[in-house]
Amino acid sequence: MSAIFKRELRSYFNSPVGYAVLAVFMFFSGIFFWVQCLYVGTSNMSTVFQSMFFIVLFVIPLITMRLFAEDKKQKTEQALLTAPVSIPGIVFSKFLSALVMFSLCLCSYIIEGIALSFMTHPDWSVIIGNIFGMALLGSAFCAIGIFISSLTESVIVAAITSFAINALISLLDTIASTVPIDAVKNFISSLSFQTRYGHFALGLFSLSDIVYFVSIAFIFLFLTDRVIERKRWA
Amino acid sequence: MIKVKNLTKTYVRNKALDDISFSLDEGDILGFLGPNGAGKSTTMNIITGYLSSDSGTVEIDGIDILEDPAGVKKKIGYLPEIPPLYNDMTVQGYLEFMFKLKKVKLPMKEHISKICDMVSISDVKSRIIKHLSKGYHQRVGLAQALLGDPPVLILDEPTVGLDPRQIIEIRKLIRNLGKKHTIILSSHLLSEVQAVCDKIIIINNGKIVTSGRTEELTATGKATNRIELVIEGRKQNVYSILNSIDGVTKVIEHEEREKGCFEYVIESSRDVRRPVFRAFAKTDYNILSMKPVSVSLEDTYLDIISGKTEGVNDNVRNI
Repeated sequence: MSAIFKRELRSYFNSPVGYAVLAVFMFFSGIFFWVQCLYVGTSNMSTVFQSMFFIVLFVIPLITMRLFAEDKKQKTEQALLTAPVSIPGIVFSKFLSALVMFSLCLCSYIIEGIALSFMTHPDWSVIIGNIFGMALLGSAFCAIGIFISSLTESVIVAAITSFAINALISLLDTIASTVPIDAVKNFISSLSFQTRYGHFALGLFSLSDIVYFVSIAFIFLFLTDRVIERKRWA
Repeated sequence: MIKVKNLTKTYVRNKALDDISFSLDEGDILGFLGPNGAGKSTTMNIITGYLSSDSGTVEIDGIDILEDPAGVKKKIGYLPEIPPLYNDMTVQGYLEFMFKLKKVKLPMKEHISKICDMVSISDVKSRIIKHLSKGYHQRVGLAQALLGDPPVLILDEPTVGLDPRQIIEIRKLIRNLGKKHTIILSSHLLSEVQAVCDKIIIINNGKIVTSGRTEELTATGKATNRIELVIEGRKQNVYSILNSIDGVTKVIEHEEREKGCFEYVIESSRDVRRPVFRAFAKTDYNILSMKPVSVSLEDTYLDIISGKTEGVNDNVRNI
């Protein structure tokens, strides 16, 4: 398992993908930090985290797109599936590598926090809480991306489809606002990633949000395992 | 060492394997022959655990693949039709990755170095795989199959993409490996299977058409039952004499070789060289040459898969 994890993590930096993802993330994070914190003169980074939501939406499909699609295309999945490693082990190793790659992006917040600390006293609990929240959001996005990647041989199709699905789930609250029945509206809205993540951005820690993101990640990783297993029986 | 019983596999509506059974002892080298889509790769994929069968069992060294898939996979080195290579890695990096993936418990550097020497890739160890030629890809694929010295090696067309010198080297290597390993290899090159394998299975449309030891199958070639003749004399008369010989089943006329001399190929149910000689000795017609046509395994193979050989299914037996 650790062999697959290390290989996948290294492969991000064997190609321009890892550097591009880091560069895009840090560029936008830096821009938002400058505009929303430094320029307006506040140490509250909540708005930066809220703005970064859509960058995350765009960046994670780039991290997950090749995880299974490329293995299928290059036929390397034959090496993985005929090795003495379980399918859940393979899926989890790849998921972990994507999550670690994404976590590297999140390091930019720590750098920004440190930058703030030279000028004022940043609220570290908000920053750490947000990094934690974003990691949870990232894990749900990564699991969805991996699932989509397991369905296709094309990395481009995988990237576009996971972006579309992530965006759809994220914007469920906007869709919900058009529903006239309150109970349904609230239910759909509660499934929205943006609603769930918004709580973290405001510094609110809720167990239900944590359970929600972890469940989404678990469900999609489980589905990925089923997709690969089903292919063996096809 | 390998026991395959009643394997069946259906893809959507297409029956890829239909009741495939065979067994191999330790040190056997089995050649899988068959046209494209015959079911060779499917069988190999099922034995290695990449695919599941609809029914039937696979046992490696007494372990059933469904009961202990990881245990079986540890005992198999597999080179698929397209070598499973990560193009962005160096050869050394890739082999180290596969070494760890296979959970091999040998000293890593020494073991990889030994295998690289065996398949002659030591000189490209530090190069990135995507920059290597097809021949090297194939050899790196073979190297990863050999990692951990697995008792069973499954090689799907191992010499594809190699140059003639490398083909000879790899065949020699496979024969040497056969002393310690049980090997199944598939190939389109019948001469390769003949040169390397102890046993042969010919498979077509998902069924075993014939199987046996290589020398047995080669011997069943009807070497003396087809004769090529060049006879001087009137074509019509020669033709009727040939047809009148007891045992001759078919006479095929070919072009004129020299003035007044024609080539004939006769097929017969038994060896008719002597009756042919005596029949023409009584006439004014001269036999200028008589040559038994050797039916190679390739002809047998082509006959069998095109259904020309009658009762082919009677030949099926477990080996």
